[in-house]
Amino acid sequence: MKTEVDLVDVAGGNLGSVRRCLDRLGVPYNLVNPQNVPDGSRPIILPGVGNFGAVMENLQKDGFDQLVKRLVAGGTPYLGICVGMQILFDWGDESNSAGLGLLPGKVVKFTRGKIPQIGWNKIQCPDSSQSKKTEWPGGYVYFVNSFVCQPENIGDILYSADYYGDFCAAVKRDNICGFQFHPEKSGPFGQSLLVRWIETVSTNCDGGENLAYATKGVENAD
Amino acid sequence: MLTKRIIPCLDVRDGRTVKGVNFTNLRDMGCPVELGLMYESQGADELMFLDITASVEGRAAMLEFVERVADNLSIPFTVGGGVSSRGNVTELLNAGADKVSMNTAAVKRPELINEVSTQFGSQCCVVAIDARKKENGNDNLDNGGKIEWEVLIKGGRESVGLDALEWAEECVRRGAGEILLTSWNRDGMQTGFDIEMVKAFSERLPIPVIASGGAANPESFVEVFEKAGADAALAASIFHDKIYSIGDVKLAVKNAGISVRE
Repeated sequence: MKTEVDLVDVAGGNLGSVRRCLDRLGVPYNLVNPQNVPDGSRPIILPGVGNFGAVMENLQKDGFDQLVKRLVAGGTPYLGICVGMQILFDWGDESNSAGLGLLPGKVVKFTRGKIPQIGWNKIQCPDSSQSKKTEWPGGYVYFVNSFVCQPENIGDILYSADYYGDFCAAVKRDNICGFQFHPEKSGPFGQSLLVRWIETVSTNCDGGENLAYATKGVENAD
Repeated sequence: MLTKRIIPCLDVRDGRTVKGVNFTNLRDMGCPVELGLMYESQGADELMFLDITASVEGRAAMLEFVERVADNLSIPFTVGGGVSSRGNVTELLNAGADKVSMNTAAVKRPELINEVSTQFGSQCCVVAIDARKKENGNDNLDNGGKIEWEVLIKGGRESVGLDALEWAEECVRRGAGEILLTSWNRDGMQTGFDIEMVKAFSERLPIPVIASGGAANPESFVEVFEKAGADAALAASIFHDKIYSIGDVKLAVKNAGISVRE
């Protein structure tokens, strides 16, 4: 695969495992941070584990969060993994603080079962999703999370899974995507989802389509 | 629905895999990276690597080994054994381990759990507890004859007079993400998991419990999930000796109506 991605390396945690996974898949990546900022020409992957507030604080250094927000609102494809997905939303209960606010909704704690949820759970693309079920097949992926996203728009839910009740396992809206699970630690199926996302966004990044795509992103951000 | 995890454990010394009976009499089982990949392809849900190296050179070799595992494996793995400081934890996580398991060091300095969970998150903070039934457990009048377990450290060689269940609860308060509970009475014996003990811990603790020690056959796993409510189960000998494959275990667990990853 030739599409180069910008990998955000300020949020710590699973950066190493995502890098290794991209290496295995042959996906070239460029590390971006407040010293080496992305210009929006490449898809952005933001991995993050740990505390919602801590990840946001790391991102806020030198206004990096605002830059990422501007680029993503402008149409640059974005994939958030774990806390990288959670910070897409307006609010995180974990630290009682604001997220990037690119998707309407909040992040709340699981109320039942052992916390954190640790292990493999089956994800499925629900009928309500605006994404095509045939493009996003179901399967088992690895989760480690105590908190879970509650999108306001049910159509934004790409995958749902069951942990003492349905929860949002992934979101997708236009150029914005988020996986609550760890595709880089979910065997061949998890890697295939990462590949699928890269394929989807590399098509969308092509030539003339890019402009229309970016414009669409801006409209949606308002 | 969250599936029950089957975790092969590989004891590593000087780059080789070994497995002991009651923590001694080590037998050599082969290259741990190759074994790890084989288990991944068989459907293992996670792997556990236990470093039983004593020397400084061995510790450095372990970090290189962890990097090789991280480069090759696409499922999560935990590294434990001899983790004595926050520095050790940092090195192992940087080398690519998804989680680090702490045992003796956490007992000696419980603040280590707080430090690791605060700095790196609870998700990578496993506390391993080696527990043994207290000899007077059944007839201790002070507690109404309730069965109790005590914590052993230094690979089962030393008791520090700590109640295992109380210690596990303290670990949770300090930020542990999972408890790896090994029955010293059962370890290496292949007589089945300690159902009574695992059940007591699983019911009491709000975080996942990984049962370890005593797996004899696929039915041992069915039993520990069904009767003891374990979230995951770990075994070494029955897999390394090729008595059963991960697939054999998963099939039995699935046929018992328990959710596993297929």
